[in-house]
Amino acid sequence: MKKLLFLGLFGLMAAVTYAGGYRVSLQGQRSLAMGHTGVAVVNNAELAFFNPAGLVYLENKINVAAGASAVFSNVKYQNSEFGISSETESAVGTPFYAYGSYRVNDWLTLGLAAYTPYGSSVEWPTDWAGSHLVNNIDLQAIYIQALAAVKISDKLSVGGGPIYVNGSVNFNRNLNRTLSDIEGNRSNVTVDASSVSAFGWSASAMYNATEDLRFGINYRSEIIVEAEGGDADFENIPNSPLTPFQDTQFNASLPMPAELSVGLSYELLDKWLFAFDYNMTYWNVYESLDLDFANAQIPDSENPRNYKNSSTYRFGLQYLANETVTLRVGYYFDESPVQSGYFAPETPRNDAHGFTGGLSLHVSDRFSIDAAFLYNRYEEVDESYNYYTENGETVPFEGTYKTSAFIPGLGVTYKL
Amino acid sequence: MKQYFKYIAILSLGIVSCEPEFDNPVDEPGAYSNGEADFTRYVALGNSLTAGYADNALYITGQENSYPNILAQQLDKTQDIEEFTIPFMSDNAGGLLLGGNQITNNRLVLAAGEGGSDPSPQVYTGMQATTEVGNVLQGPFNNMGVPGAKSYHLGFSGYGNVQNLATQSANPYFVRFASSPNATVMEDALAQNPTFFSLWIGNNDVLGYATSGGTGEFQLNNLDPSTYGPNDITDPNVFGSIYSEMVQALVANATGGVLINIPDVASVPFFTTVPTNAIPLDAQTAGVLNQQFSAYNTQVLPGLVQAGFITAEEAQARQINFAEGQNYVTLQDESLTNINQAVQGPPFNLDPQTAGLLSQLRQATPTDLIPLTSAGFLGTTVGGNPNMINGVSVPLGDQHVLTNAEQEMVRTATEKYNQVISGLAQVNDLALVDANAMLRQLAEGGIAYDGGTVTAQFATGGAFSLDGIHLTPRGYAIVANRMIEEINATYNAEVPKVNVGTYSTVTLSNDVQ
Repeated sequence: MKKLLFLGLFGLMAAVTYAGGYRVSLQGQRSLAMGHTGVAVVNNAELAFFNPAGLVYLENKINVAAGASAVFSNVKYQNSEFGISSETESAVGTPFYAYGSYRVNDWLTLGLAAYTPYGSSVEWPTDWAGSHLVNNIDLQAIYIQALAAVKISDKLSVGGGPIYVNGSVNFNRNLNRTLSDIEGNRSNVTVDASSVSAFGWSASAMYNATEDLRFGINYRSEIIVEAEGGDADFENIPNSPLTPFQDTQFNASLPMPAELSVGLSYELLDKWLFAFDYNMTYWNVYESLDLDFANAQIPDSENPRNYKNSSTYRFGLQYLANETVTLRVGYYFDESPVQSGYFAPETPRNDAHGFTGGLSLHVSDRFSIDAAFLYNRYEEVDESYNYYTENGETVPFEGTYKTSAFIPGLGVTYKL
Repeated sequence: MKQYFKYIAILSLGIVSCEPEFDNPVDEPGAYSNGEADFTRYVALGNSLTAGYADNALYITGQENSYPNILAQQLDKTQDIEEFTIPFMSDNAGGLLLGGNQITNNRLVLAAGEGGSDPSPQVYTGMQATTEVGNVLQGPFNNMGVPGAKSYHLGFSGYGNVQNLATQSANPYFVRFASSPNATVMEDALAQNPTFFSLWIGNNDVLGYATSGGTGEFQLNNLDPSTYGPNDITDPNVFGSIYSEMVQALVANATGGVLINIPDVASVPFFTTVPTNAIPLDAQTAGVLNQQFSAYNTQVLPGLVQAGFITAEEAQARQINFAEGQNYVTLQDESLTNINQAVQGPPFNLDPQTAGLLSQLRQATPTDLIPLTSAGFLGTTVGGNPNMINGVSVPLGDQHVLTNAEQEMVRTATEKYNQVISGLAQVNDLALVDANAMLRQLAEGGIAYDGGTVTAQFATGGAFSLDGIHLTPRGYAIVANRMIEEINATYNAEVPKVNVGTYSTVTLSNDVQ
């Protein structure tokens, strides 16, 4: 019966399709090893992210979990009509998390969380074929959140708290496909904004239906990061009144979309735990990436994105092998929010299959080491970005993309 | 427990090696095909167009965007080829120095006034020219394009000898990279044993004449090119035999090649930008001028017809009339009967100066062509005299107009050259690029690309650089694509084209005097 359910879910997933954008789902090694499930799993302090309501069900008074992942990601681009190809520099990103919870009394647990759910680092070779769209981008956002979880009964709890976001962005692209100075150096602009603050919140609930079956729901609000007065640095601009580009300030906003997670976990034979999460990321808030330059002479840059809401289906399995070792595997299917014709190479993501695995070593009663890895498999995709214009003409940027990502991660769990 | 670590390590290694790989990667052998041709050593022969000359100069970025270099980069996608070497200039300013003295101008750039108004080509002065002709480069070079070369120059011994520059029998661009002072361009090309070649020569055999406004001669039946002046049209038979010899020598060892024919000069903006009705007049001035030419129109011309000195048809063509609005320029047409002496005699008895003005006078027609370089001369006055306006009261000299008769000679020669070229392409199974048709297409409607349409419109059309004759990188990219089309068709090859929209057009700069 359970097997049927499992297969059924897989089948559904195949029928529906395949999170993407600049969402980075690496918010806990134990959860990641299980396909980044966790909205209905009571395991360690990773609950601070996945479902703060569940913190009240942790056995210990003090719980800490922290870790980081190393993202090895490559994207290749090619266009067979012109025989051109490019590959991104394998920049290594290091998303991290740190969570702590403290049980104040029987019904109240407080917590603190820091994590990096959004970010992107893509570096194409300078002046590559798509340089008029992006040469490189580095987007970082650190979420810091205060949490409270309240136990309503042994079956039901609620939780949540306010989020403070500190973000930065650095983005470089060429001004168009051909403009250069007298020496042939391509004209380009770098926009840079750092320490941009924004606020949001999350709220969650957990319901323990039976000893073995839990349900969870978590909602994290949309946060629009507004960069005001960032620096726009124009380089290699011809000395001509026909190209009135000079260094100035810019305003721009970038949404960190809301995310809803629902899921369940089921424990069987005391050793096995199965978890399923469904995430909906409300990407449709990301309509356009617009740069508003302070200098009125410089035309504002409008770059339609038109993302759509996207779903992610996550499956995880945990096995308590013995006193010291816990093994985990998982799989998820991550649907890209990018619509056909809006495939911009700054976030070149299509639907992804995520394969995960990992283990925990319980070094002592209090201390565990958590390891996880994620391999993302993307289908090769023929796509284009059709909203770049030159002299009033729309010029699509077309090609074939293939992405891979391998992400090992290490964390610790401490409980007192 | 150690065992678990081991498993994880092995699993991790296996996955790390999973770089993204395309099903059909374009950067690996087999993605494209050289067909029956071998592109291992591609040598390009020709003139300024082959060198990547643009904006009235040769400079580094222009050389990088020469059609042979664009082509070579694409050929390289089909098989391993030797590096395509180029006799690079020293800078992007473009002028040549001989013994420290500048002998050719810097490149032209598009300069503009306040707020981008009145853009116009100006000589770039943002940096000094540093390319010294006497610094001979160590070759060999795959791009053997020599700016200024005519067909017969490629076989001239001493064309690369610095000593011959004084007598103008050498070419400073070839001096820079000739393997020895008396080596010919052809010898240096053949010594490389090219497996594939391209040849685009003959343009200057007509262009020198055309750009000079037809001041030279059509050397029809003169079989000795060493007696030709720089502005003469090469005899088609001379062209034919020289061209044929070059092709024979090249095909002897090469697996294939591309011949490119000669465009009609009337399709380049150098001749089509300045309108022949360039003179704006108000009604009053037009009236005064008509008054001045009244006796000429109504008495002199009919009198000459009556005397049988000129035909009625010629008299009609020689009428001078002005009106309010745009007026056709006046010019001296050497194909007209010289009436200088006749009008000084009775019954006209004109003074020698007036007679001189009238000697071969006519007004331009829409089919005459005025060189771009004469644009600044029209409407200027002689010695500041407001009654002596060039192109109005003072007829333009021969060098300022390529008349119908002169165009006809250019066209005749061009057609004959092109017959030779297509005949040789056919006989030798070579790819042929019809540059003549291509430039006509640019002039008449343009060639579409992903960002619009490239046209022959001066400065803004995208195809022609600021000298109005040579192409922009985008124009050269179109040439390269045409070559690729023909190579693919002729040699059953699959060479990928380039994306024309990614090649630049004219360069903007206000670093001018």
